[in-house]
Amino acid sequence: MAEVLEKKKEKKEALFSKKNRLLISDPLNDSNPITVQVLGICSALAITVKLYPALVMSISVLFVLGAGNVIISLMRNIIPNRIRIIVQLVVVAALVILVDQVLKAFAYDVSKELSVFVGLIITNCIIMGRFEAFALANGPWKSFLDGLGNAFGYAWILLAVAFFRELLGSGTLFGYPVFEKLGVYNTGYVNNGFMLLPPMALITVGIIIWVQRSRNTKLIEEN
Amino acid sequence: MQDLVNLFVKSIFVENMIFAYFLGMCSYLAVSKTVKTGVGLGAAVIFVMGITVPVNYLLENYVLKEGALSWLGSSFAEVDLSFLSFIMFIAVIASMVQLVEMIVEKFAPALYGALGIFLPLIAVNCSILGGSLFMQERDYSTITEATVYGLGSGVGWFLAIVAIAAIREKIRYSNIPPALRGLGITFIVTGLMGIAFMAFMGIKL
Repeated sequence: MAEVLEKKKEKKEALFSKKNRLLISDPLNDSNPITVQVLGICSALAITVKLYPALVMSISVLFVLGAGNVIISLMRNIIPNRIRIIVQLVVVAALVILVDQVLKAFAYDVSKELSVFVGLIITNCIIMGRFEAFALANGPWKSFLDGLGNAFGYAWILLAVAFFRELLGSGTLFGYPVFEKLGVYNTGYVNNGFMLLPPMALITVGIIIWVQRSRNTKLIEEN
Repeated sequence: MQDLVNLFVKSIFVENMIFAYFLGMCSYLAVSKTVKTGVGLGAAVIFVMGITVPVNYLLENYVLKEGALSWLGSSFAEVDLSFLSFIMFIAVIASMVQLVEMIVEKFAPALYGALGIFLPLIAVNCSILGGSLFMQERDYSTITEATVYGLGSGVGWFLAIVAIAAIREKIRYSNIPPALRGLGITFIVTGLMGIAFMAFMGIKL
């Protein structure tokens, strides 16, 4: 909504013009969905205990956001303004049902582990946020790139949080016992079980925000 | 009766929507700048949650679950519609929110003015859909249990947003490192509150 509508007469532009590349690279840092736009936090925190579920979740969001942005963008001129939220919800719900059924069929263990959080992609604010702010006002190709960019921005935060939580909490990466092979335990190191508990996800994200904003000072808030 | 009280206390403190499952974080972070707006949104969440969880419970048990349609006749006894549950739940939630908005506008204009823009926002609050999905996953046995669970989760969310809003109002006067101001410190404070709430986890109810 906040985004200014670009109503300029566009000339035929190349598929990967500079502006289009910006659509992908911008969400990785300057307008990251999690640390700057504050969208999609709910699911980002709950499933970052291990890297594997975080990766599956990122791929699911990538699919739903990319496909959903294109669908909404194709329909943007025929959706009546008053009922657009319901239309958006129906599109997302249909895509999420697809993801859920595929996960149940091919990765049952992960689907059990993610439990309700697959369903909660429906109310993931990133998706509704990008539909509202971007796909309703832009063409399909641009919306697709915007969806990819935001999903990648979401994914790298998710994977970064999961990396630290799994490494420090259980000493493994993707289930591979890194610390054991490196012999870290022989020096008297003990796994920090605290990292596995929910509150540490919040604090890890807080620290990522801290680091990011110290490096990129134009993101600092007034208050 | 005692079971219901236990379930109520459990859903408020032990299984708090924010501190144990991080549901509804988006609006929790966006609307917690002042206590007044926090109270408004919290009340709306309790209200909607107390309605949608039991409605979705009925839907789940009489339409969606495997064998739930057997009241239509024996030929329907094997129908399993549970793959439709996401879309049905979200449709119920979106239409309930619309309905609640219209009812409140007609019969309690003062409350409507106070809740204002928060009511429509609730349709995309993860904690509402989360409540219904947890209800489905945990298989509550009666509709009373489902209602109590919905209300309890709503109250837990209300407590969390009012608490963080109060802390954010005070924190404005503190000297925080510039890069942590705003979002960063809110995350860390929520984390610390979560650690405090974990003390409830040991309670067996």
